[in-house]
Amino acid sequence: MRHILSLLVENEAGALSRISGLFSARAFNIESLTVAPTEDESLSRMTIVTTGSEQIIEQITKQVNKLVDVIKVVDLNERAYIERELLLIKLDADKVENKKLESIVSEYKGSIIDESENTFMVEIINTGEVLDNVIENFDQSWILEVVRSGVSGIALGASVINK
Amino acid sequence: MAAYVISQGHQGEIKYPTHVLAEFMKICAKHNLTSVRKISSLSGFIIQEYLREKLTESTEKLRGADIFVRSLIDEGVNHLFGYPGGAVLHIYDALYRQTEIDHILVRHEQGATHAADGYARATGKPGVVLVTSGPGVTNAITGIATAYMDSIPMVVFSGQVPRNMIGNDAFQEVDAIGISRPCVKHNFLVKDVKDLASIIKKAFYVAKSGRPGPVLVDIPKDVTADLCEYSYPQDIEMRSYRPVTKGHPGQIKRAIKLLASAKKPMIYTGGGVILGEAHEELTNMTQKLGYPITNTLMGLGAYPASDGQFLGMLGMHGTYEANMAMHHCDVLFAIGARFDDRVTGDLEQFCPNARIIQIDVDPASISKNVPVDIPIVGDVKSVLTDINKLLDSQVHKIDKDAISQWWEQIKEWQKMDCLRFDRKTEKIKPQYVIETLHELTNGDAYVTSDVGQHQMWAAQFYNFNKPRRWINSGGLGTMGFGLPAAMGVKVAFPDETVACISGEASLVMCIQELSTCLQYHLPIKIILLNNRYMGMVRQWQEFFYDKRYSHSYMDALPDFIKLAESFGHVGLRVEKTSDVKDVLKQGLAMKDKLVLMDFITDQTENVYPMIAAGKGQHEMHLTPERELA
Repeated sequence: MRHILSLLVENEAGALSRISGLFSARAFNIESLTVAPTEDESLSRMTIVTTGSEQIIEQITKQVNKLVDVIKVVDLNERAYIERELLLIKLDADKVENKKLESIVSEYKGSIIDESENTFMVEIINTGEVLDNVIENFDQSWILEVVRSGVSGIALGASVINK
Repeated sequence: MAAYVISQGHQGEIKYPTHVLAEFMKICAKHNLTSVRKISSLSGFIIQEYLREKLTESTEKLRGADIFVRSLIDEGVNHLFGYPGGAVLHIYDALYRQTEIDHILVRHEQGATHAADGYARATGKPGVVLVTSGPGVTNAITGIATAYMDSIPMVVFSGQVPRNMIGNDAFQEVDAIGISRPCVKHNFLVKDVKDLASIIKKAFYVAKSGRPGPVLVDIPKDVTADLCEYSYPQDIEMRSYRPVTKGHPGQIKRAIKLLASAKKPMIYTGGGVILGEAHEELTNMTQKLGYPITNTLMGLGAYPASDGQFLGMLGMHGTYEANMAMHHCDVLFAIGARFDDRVTGDLEQFCPNARIIQIDVDPASISKNVPVDIPIVGDVKSVLTDINKLLDSQVHKIDKDAISQWWEQIKEWQKMDCLRFDRKTEKIKPQYVIETLHELTNGDAYVTSDVGQHQMWAAQFYNFNKPRRWINSGGLGTMGFGLPAAMGVKVAFPDETVACISGEASLVMCIQELSTCLQYHLPIKIILLNNRYMGMVRQWQEFFYDKRYSHSYMDALPDFIKLAESFGHVGLRVEKTSDVKDVLKQGLAMKDKLVLMDFITDQTENVYPMIAAGKGQHEMHLTPERELA
């Protein structure tokens, strides 16, 4: 099953490689991994999307928690949460049917953020799953390039993942 | 200039170090106070205040290399195993100028890590290693990984190229942080001399606390030349690292309830009991309960092997009774053990009827391979102390009839006498050598081993009654470990008997350390069980590869007697069973000599019992003539 882990880690040079190295060394899956500093610049927030049985997810959580640079690990699936991912997609203007494009963009509350002579660039923010659908909705011949940010997640309501 | 200026102030005699005086003189010069008369024209009080202020600021600036040495001294380090090289020359210079730390110069960095590892296993104190950059680090990796797999506290300091050259493929540069990352508990790159002392403090703290393990500190050469004020932190607080010690009281109560209800209980303990110094608490609890107990390879000595409740080691080469009791038990109490595949065999068939309680300081070890019913995260010593208190203070109805029936069953299994070997032959049986070593040392020696058949025989036949006496590479299975590890133990305990049980294939892997043993006068006893084969490889080839002995025969072996002699030691060869005891006596009696005893053993001997990889615990092989159904 797909799980989203939210990590608070020391903002140090080796932290990312410790975490990604752990996943590869123990043959855990990473679907996506995003990392950026927080309001406290000594800390980074990492969101990892992974898959595995409950037992594997438990091992992942424990092993990640064990890393000395990791301050906190929360499995967002254990609570109400929201996830968002940014999709940037470059489309071939010669092939795009404008009407269809506009309807997709408005359906997913995206926007066309750049137009050049031959291309459209579309930006859409949504869950990973919805973005999968968006990409499928475009005629595959339109697509020149797909860039996805990877998922970021946060718990809903008052629950806060802090040090 | 005198070492100290002594002045008489209103607070009595005050001594000022040379460098403070030097700074004072500089200021005097700046103000053109060149003569004694002019200086003394300043009020004595002002001089006093100035000097006192300078002193309390503790402005003594040290070079990184000296900070390194001072930090180790303040950390209480007495012994350092290392090998010099370009990137650590400042540090070696600082070592030259001090007398508090004994540096042991090894002959290969792998030897340094194994020696520090042996030292740590025998003493419980972290082993400390110093190596240079590049090949110094890569040579140390095997030893670091060995310590990591067995959770041994160790701090390894590696030199690194100067900061401005990192990443430029400089001479003797290797990404020590990257290359060591998967086999250390944590590692640090010192980017600023200001962080050096606190990183050293953190390194020791991380290495020793929680589930121990090796920590590497990579120090660029220019950092060891930079100047900085020195102060060694008293305490360290790391927001991202706070190991749990106390076990959850509710879980402990549940565990006791389940333990008391058992009809066929089994206690299974590992290296964690030894690392956690919990052998007394374990023995106390086990004897109070009257339950059978087994130790893993790493856990031998945590419970006295001579005691009747001890069923021997379990696992692939464990005793018949220990493995059968595991397979048939209804409550399994795992303590500081990690359900290694050499213990569990086929996980599907592991302890099929048991409810499991597990204590471990590392939450990731709990339910990793085998799901556990009652997990207790905590320091083994603390949790067992809590359990013992509860066992003493409350009445727990133990089903005595069921337990005595269980013991009846176990005694039946014990009748199998699974460790029996041929005692009549003149071909030396390795088991007999170890048994005799036990007898002659009263089971009190520190015994290190390499990896293979001899390691298993040592584990089966030495019968360890005390913790920290059995020193072997259990997790990684590192051939070449035994000799340098023995060296480390002997450094820690110069008056104790330290024996290295080895095979001729393992021994040559770190044979260069014989030279270190001579230099530092480390008279260990090498018990070489020489069967001219990589015995365990040969055994597997006999069983599973239709006797195709592919590259397991050790052709062109050295003359081990001459080899020992060429390194300045004593070598003794033994070729028949009837000589074994006398030669062992003779070797052990030479207290101030390293003696290599070369026992020419029976080449066909195999380690039994044996559970083939992937089989269930109850599916053991005994010697061919009495194979089980």
